[in-house]
Amino acid sequence: MTLKILYFAWLRERIGEPSEQVETNASTVSDLIAELRLRDERYDFAFSDLSSVRVAVNQTLSDFDATLDGASEVAFFPPMTGG
Amino acid sequence: MAVVVQEKDFDLVAELKELAGFEGKAGAVISFIGLVRGDETLLALELEHYPAMTTKALEEIEQMARTKWGLVDVRIVHRFGRLQLGEQIMMVAVSASHRRSAFEAADYIMDFLKSRAPFWKKEHGISNNKWVTPNPDDEEAIIRW
Repeated sequence: MTLKILYFAWLRERIGEPSEQVETNASTVSDLIAELRLRDERYDFAFSDLSSVRVAVNQTLSDFDATLDGASEVAFFPPMTGG
Repeated sequence: MAVVVQEKDFDLVAELKELAGFEGKAGAVISFIGLVRGDETLLALELEHYPAMTTKALEEIEQMARTKWGLVDVRIVHRFGRLQLGEQIMMVAVSASHRRSAFEAADYIMDFLKSRAPFWKKEHGISNNKWVTPNPDDEEAIIRW
């Protein structure tokens, strides 16, 4: 399947792209992260500490165990700091 | 649903005119404004957000507060982009039958907005730039509700 992946804040800076299209067979968010980390060291570094990474699947806050069934957009970002 | 996400500044008095309740239904209105705080070493505060998700996330928080307190109306305005020291970042206004509900609902909305709405702040300083990390109390603030 093709996923649109978005990165925000320091994840965007570390990876060097705000978004990209990825062809993947990953079944969960964790699987997707593992795939991305193998690509190159920018990804490996960006995802090295998952305690400071949050994820949204189809624009809804989710968790790393979440399935990618029916997903079209996955966003990775640090803990939010609005307000 | 009254959620506005914009780059430009807002005028609290004008925003309150958009809030329902002043015709007799509400007995209390609470408004809160978040400001860019810092000293002269802060050159700017950059606010990034996730446009496709931001409005939806804020509307969900608004709906939870409406359900919990049976509010008359809610209005949330949140800015993004590059802000200067002392500028307004966001506001929430709540109208309710009684003041207790209005105070509590505004507090609740702020607590959830802090760690559930997709905004990220970056401080641009004289000597360095850094992404703001959340206060550990912010996550605990949610648990109390």
